[in-house]
Amino acid sequence: MTRDIAVVAFAQTDHRRTSDELSEVEMLMPVLHEVLGETGLKAADIGFTCSGSSDYLAGRAFSFTLALDGVGAWPPISESHVEMDGAWALYEAWTKLLTGDADTALVYAYGKSSPGSVRDVLSRQLDPYYVAPLWPDSVALAALQAQALIDAGDTDEPALAAVGARSRAAAADNPHAQLRGPVPRGDYLVRPLRTGDCPPVGDGAAAVILAAGERARDLCARPAWIRGLDHRIEAHALGVRDLTDSPSTRLAAERAGAFERPVDTAELHAPFASQEVVLRKALRLDDGVRVNPSGGALAANPVMAAGLVRIGEAAARIHRGESDRALAHATSGPCLQQNLVAVLEGDPR
Amino acid sequence: MPEVLSAPLVVEFPFTRSLGPVQSAFLTGLRERVVLGVRTGDGRVLVPPVEYDPVTAEEIRDLVEVAPTGTVTTWAWSHDPRRGQPLGTPFAWVLVRLDGADTALLHALDAPGPDAVHTGMRVRVRWAQERSGAITDIACFEPYEDETGEVTEAGESAEAEAHSGEFEDPVTGIVAAARLDYTYSPGRAQSAYIAALSGRRTVGERCPSCRKVYVPPRGACPTCGVATAEQVEVGPRGTVTTFCIVNIKAKNLDIEVPYVYAHIALDGAGLALHGRIGGIPYDQVRMGLRVEPVWTDGARHPDHYRPTGEPDADYDAYKELL
Repeated sequence: MTRDIAVVAFAQTDHRRTSDELSEVEMLMPVLHEVLGETGLKAADIGFTCSGSSDYLAGRAFSFTLALDGVGAWPPISESHVEMDGAWALYEAWTKLLTGDADTALVYAYGKSSPGSVRDVLSRQLDPYYVAPLWPDSVALAALQAQALIDAGDTDEPALAAVGARSRAAAADNPHAQLRGPVPRGDYLVRPLRTGDCPPVGDGAAAVILAAGERARDLCARPAWIRGLDHRIEAHALGVRDLTDSPSTRLAAERAGAFERPVDTAELHAPFASQEVVLRKALRLDDGVRVNPSGGALAANPVMAAGLVRIGEAAARIHRGESDRALAHATSGPCLQQNLVAVLEGDPR
Repeated sequence: MPEVLSAPLVVEFPFTRSLGPVQSAFLTGLRERVVLGVRTGDGRVLVPPVEYDPVTAEEIRDLVEVAPTGTVTTWAWSHDPRRGQPLGTPFAWVLVRLDGADTALLHALDAPGPDAVHTGMRVRVRWAQERSGAITDIACFEPYEDETGEVTEAGESAEAEAHSGEFEDPVTGIVAAARLDYTYSPGRAQSAYIAALSGRRTVGERCPSCRKVYVPPRGACPTCGVATAEQVEVGPRGTVTTFCIVNIKAKNLDIEVPYVYAHIALDGAGLALHGRIGGIPYDQVRMGLRVEPVWTDGARHPDHYRPTGEPDADYDAYKELL
């Protein structure tokens, strides 16, 4: 069965360095209410609910179950969770809608990086035998990739600085972004990456609503139709991979139909400036494509939500009539290990 | 708004992991100062070795020995080492392709500064003094000039020799210690609950929609999915709604078994919380029993609940709270 499925609503928090006064569910709930409010749906109307988050950020087992309070999980609802970025929760929800089991889905994601040290926390997702015992932090691994790109002649430090500057300038129009406007490039964090080449550490949440077929048109004046969605993964050992390329992104984009026609907008989940260089190459994006008009992950990187925010931002541009065909990308793992690509389109105008 | 509480939270696990045959040979080899790789079906040598070909997913067992010298394929300078990392002084993270290998190993390079590091530089293993069969048996890499002084291209100078992978007393497992430090903050609603407990009061929050009082409050009504804010003091007395008898003594818990663990609906609360029942033989605890909290000096929550002596509550009074 083929069904057209669209993103019909998107909401996100203001992304901030800390949110001590809020529990996860307190941070998340306004966003859930906002997307429901956009569509006029009530929680009880939603056919399927799927979330993305990570216990390691919270430091507590099954932390996502507490966030379920925010969706009204009684009487029982059809619900699932991925221990990944919410973009992968959206993938699961999209699949559920494709099967015809549900007509609407609520997808949400949240992450509070402020309670811990996210550089160290992310090291726990690495190979536990050969890599994790060395405690390489997320910035160090990204810096290895950046140096490989510099050695290959794909970028240099001024070019990386320009990526950061462009992202944060674009974020000046994004009231939710954590870093906006001129941001000093700063000192080396792990050379060759400076603080300005790295994402801010912060807390935030996002939610989208998906709907199938005519239901989408009922709920949204200009739905963002998902024309294709695919995700791929690289070998987990960094030393096996060519860090200057991202064949998994390219393959996911191909399977999602990204290369069939040009896109006008690309929301790329590139937490490090150097990763945008890799993604532009893998996705064959030329200067005619508006890349990260939201400011991207260099302006706000709520871990576990930043990928879903990319899909939401791309969809919202279609909703507003600012884009007709947009690509959204999400990543997870070190040095762009896992990559998801979605192609979104608005109805012809 | 009362002050939001926060406290240090340390999550620490000694993950005990068993090794497969290839991992076991590799890590045992490190203990014996031998670096092993594995050859794939198409003849490539992977170091560190894995049990399945990352391209074809075929099982691979063909072990080879590679040199303890190699070439840096990329690097990054860490001027501020973090806890657990291989060196406490500034160092370079490196991917090193050992001579005879086709893939690179992640480790640290001890060098005087970033100007002394470049991609393509020659390095060699510095072995740890004490070795146990772990990746940390390689203390780090260090710069290395070939005896001829000539820089050689990796793979040209060395051919990986077959190796049985057999050692005396092989390592079959590792303990991978993991520790993460957090500052835990429970947010507004739970902070208020904990703060009230310090005054030996129990407060919940009333849902503006369904009017149930949630205790402990988490700032949201799980039925309606809306924020709660109206604080309501509940208890101190309550009713046992259901219970179980615990017969197994928990490690490090100073409570004699058998004891009763119960759901207790505090008066005015919209759902039951749980607690231990004391002051009555375990086999006389029953649904409907009226109880009150017993506090011990300096405690942050009731130690247990004991019978109040009131008549039992009617089933109808608490059946919605089961």
